[in-house]
Amino acid sequence: MKYLCLLYADETQYPKMSKADADQWMTRFASFTDEIKKSGHFLASNRLQPTPAATTVRVRNGKLSATDGPFVETKEQLGGYYLIEARDLNEAIQVAGRIPGALFGSVEVRPVMDM
Amino acid sequence: MTGAGEGGDAGERARAMVETVYRSESRRVLATLIRLLGDFDLAEEALQDAFTAALERWPVDGPPANPRAWLVSTGRFKAIDALRRRSRFDASLDRIASDLGTAPDPAEVADEDGIADDRLRLVFTCCHPSLPADARVALTLREVCGLTTEEIAAAFLTPPRTVAQRIVRAKAKIRDARIPYQVPSRADLAERLDSVLHVVYLVYNEGYWASSGERLTRSDLAEEAIRLGRLLVECLAEPEAEGLLALMLLNESRRAARASAAGEVVLLEDQDRSLWDRGRIAEGVALVEHALASRRVGPFTLQAAIAAVHSESPAAERTDWAQIAGLYDVLARIEPSPVVELNRAVAVAMRDGPEEGLALVDVLLARGELDDYALAHSARAELCRRLGRRSEARSSYARALELARQEPERRFLERRLAELAG
Repeated sequence: MKYLCLLYADETQYPKMSKADADQWMTRFASFTDEIKKSGHFLASNRLQPTPAATTVRVRNGKLSATDGPFVETKEQLGGYYLIEARDLNEAIQVAGRIPGALFGSVEVRPVMDM
Repeated sequence: MTGAGEGGDAGERARAMVETVYRSESRRVLATLIRLLGDFDLAEEALQDAFTAALERWPVDGPPANPRAWLVSTGRFKAIDALRRRSRFDASLDRIASDLGTAPDPAEVADEDGIADDRLRLVFTCCHPSLPADARVALTLREVCGLTTEEIAAAFLTPPRTVAQRIVRAKAKIRDARIPYQVPSRADLAERLDSVLHVVYLVYNEGYWASSGERLTRSDLAEEAIRLGRLLVECLAEPEAEGLLALMLLNESRRAARASAAGEVVLLEDQDRSLWDRGRIAEGVALVEHALASRRVGPFTLQAAIAAVHSESPAAERTDWAQIAGLYDVLARIEPSPVVELNRAVAVAMRDGPEEGLALVDVLLARGELDDYALAHSARAELCRRLGRRSEARSSYARALELARQEPERRFLERRLAELAG
């Protein structure tokens, strides 16, 4: 089964991080990604630009509107994701628990709907 | 797997073998890895890594002589390797990796008895009394039987996230409370075995008669429970384990007979006994006899003995109700419960007549403990019906219908009510 692991964290903290710390987190993420590629869990992953870069789009009565910012303002923002393949929800939770982002933010695990 | 891979036929065969070995061995390998690594999550990861490695290596190197031992030592090696890599960021992992680094005796890894013990250890750990009952069931089904979280959730009509959290919490509890990974000592065995047997029976019952919903039986859960029962009987010479396996086999022997083609309930007395599975009955009866001969008779053995009396009766009207009522007397003494007393009352009704049975049922209902138990009201209704007390029968069937959750059971009660109408 496929699961989407959504990485949430307080993005205002990133600019306050030292270069050494930021590098270390990058290494940890790279090492984790490498690990789940080897174990066969990895399907896709991306880091997102912070929410000031977001545009929210709606079409109502045939008219498109685009507004600045994310759909909802939250204390922790969506900053990236891993799409993984796992045997079941508990295996997905285990993999999600090893995502370095879980150490400072939260990881939301969502089963992908079977179509 | 698509077309002829780069490995050709030999590669295909090796890959097919990995899949076969996964189905037959993965739970045993996991049980041993949990013992060697001392951690559920680490062991599950190691299991996955070992099979991934098998998919890479076996098509190239050919399958190993002892696949299980290969998987165990590869899994163990991969786990230590993973801990070493992660210790770059978390120094505490390095010590764990070093502790694990002392290679185990290869004989210990491949030893057949040791492997069987590992599965037994896993069952006892998953059914530890300090875990909540629903967590024991979920953990046993996932770790010992290899069901997925989603399958367990579907079987128990619970959202997958709820089952997943039970499993996560149970594993944390095992880790934090340092629940030992071992078969309990003789002194604790009886009490601990009791918890294991109840988990297995709960799984069986869920498979026998789903607690709610449209389908009457979920045979895969029942089959898992019987597999667990066999494991317990093979590894432990305990009469109650035999009694439980016998009880499950005897109940299971009637699977084909207890629902009509349309999915309606067929009561024991109305079942076509030629549909009963004679092989399972023979196996169940032999187990009951062996358990009874031990003279350490427990509740599962007694229930199995009662089931065996039904199984050996050629026709409903020739059932030895005196023997069944006698067995219920003993059962009510060693494990008193209102449900056992209700069953005893029904047996007494069959032995001595509905009037005597009804008197016992009314005493039970007056105590109030069975007020919300549909079967108590339907038993009362049935006895009233036989006595020609139609309006009492109707009101008891109506009460049973209010309480019944199972669709086929509801339809059965509705039919009875319709027959009594007017």
